[in-house]
Amino acid sequence: MELVAFVILTALAVVSAGVVLLHRSPVVAALSLAANLIAVAGFYLLLNAQFLALLQVIVYAGAIMVLVLFVIMLLNLPEEARRHDRPSAQSVLGMALAVVFVAVLGWALARASSGQEFPPSSPTFGSVGSVGTALFTTFFYPFEAVSLLLVVAMIGAVLLAKRRI
Amino acid sequence: MNWLEIAITLAEILVVANALMIGVSIMTWIERRLSGMIQFRWGPNRVGPFGLFQPLADGIKFLMKEDIIPAEAHKPIFVLAPALSLVTALCAFAVVPFGPTVEIAGRTIDLVILDLDGGLLFGLAAASLGVYGIVCAGWSSRSKYALMGGLRASAQMVSYELALALSLIGVVLLSGTLRPVAIVEQQAGWFWNWNVFGGWQILGFLVFLVAGFAETNRLPFDLPEAESELVAGYHTEYSAMKFSMFVMAEYIAMITVSAMATTLFFGGYQLGFPVPLEGWPLAILQVCAFLAKLSAFLVLFVWVRWTLPRFRYDQLMDLGWKRLLPLGLINVIVTGALVAFDLLGN
Repeated sequence: MELVAFVILTALAVVSAGVVLLHRSPVVAALSLAANLIAVAGFYLLLNAQFLALLQVIVYAGAIMVLVLFVIMLLNLPEEARRHDRPSAQSVLGMALAVVFVAVLGWALARASSGQEFPPSSPTFGSVGSVGTALFTTFFYPFEAVSLLLVVAMIGAVLLAKRRI
Repeated sequence: MNWLEIAITLAEILVVANALMIGVSIMTWIERRLSGMIQFRWGPNRVGPFGLFQPLADGIKFLMKEDIIPAEAHKPIFVLAPALSLVTALCAFAVVPFGPTVEIAGRTIDLVILDLDGGLLFGLAAASLGVYGIVCAGWSSRSKYALMGGLRASAQMVSYELALALSLIGVVLLSGTLRPVAIVEQQAGWFWNWNVFGGWQILGFLVFLVAGFAETNRLPFDLPEAESELVAGYHTEYSAMKFSMFVMAEYIAMITVSAMATTLFFGGYQLGFPVPLEGWPLAILQVCAFLAKLSAFLVLFVWVRWTLPRFRYDQLMDLGWKRLLPLGLINVIVTGALVAFDLLGN
């Protein structure tokens, strides 16, 4: 059951990520990014992180991607033309870095899964209550610092958008 | 989870999905008859007694009509959009408890499809995904009216979701849980235990109601399909069954918002007074109580639609960001104080 769900979600995630990169229409790319985010929320669910999965759907798929779509539609971006020019230095460097990233990730995975047993998670793991308790006890200062950071970012955005206040 | 549990859940899904569809067809009839009454005319009264078979005739008509896909449309997304709308609308209802726990052949069964720890969030998530159907329809039609409708829908939904979520926090503070089933159980007994009275959530309820009207794109907030300016907004280019799927999605969203209002603020399936009954008779009575409260809200939806004129777009945004959001915050602060200082007397 879990394996079937994992395979389906993985296929969805990989295909939608591919479409995001390769499709020429910005709206289709944005829509498949939303599908990708939902697939990732499915992975969270498989890992018992229910709260995280729901927030992923509400915040990323339900709000941020809708705004991205809004902007794309408002600007009425045309489909990208196919380009045949030579790869730029930036794209070569990006590809090299991607290969390095995959190598590091593979190395970390190989190290982590070599005969180690993962401890079973507690039954309340990932529930709304346990995440909330952790946020307001153990991680109180980082949590408040992040909210301060968000306020600063918001004020910055308003200042940039409205020069004359 | 064994096979029997899966079978029970599937049966529940089947029953609820069909009940929702029947509810939609009844609602279309009620809306047209009630709007007729409000406007001093008859409404559909030819097909069957009181025009009751009108939804059936409409259904046949929608199935027989030609399904037109504009030549310029982005076909895959154009076809996907109505399905997306309908599916997300159906999903949101899954967390609404429509009855108490009953016992069938020695098994206890909760009358709710999905009893989640974060059930309220699930409802919000499904509602927030609902906008994709409208946005996709608006964009893929390649028509300026549809595109304007889609644009308006996305801005409107994102703005009013905040107020909607804030209005729920008061209830969550009171009950200390996000599980709709637990929230309903805490409102048992007399009707003054319901959150809207006993929990002083009148402000929260009003914010929820207004934001709910906006989330379902009903008048006075139906800017995405404003006839006088946008022809029919995001579904201008749709015909036949695809058009009817958008209508169904709108009505199901209406039913879900009504069910949520009932569950969170008006005691869900609780009767509101103690009765000397238990077991099956009580369960049936409670399901009926739930349906009665739900219907009251649905009639309110229709009543408001034919009473209030449409907002202008800037008024809509002003109401969402400058009125509802602060009111929602005030509600959170007041409810938080009530809970923290234990002033509710229970």
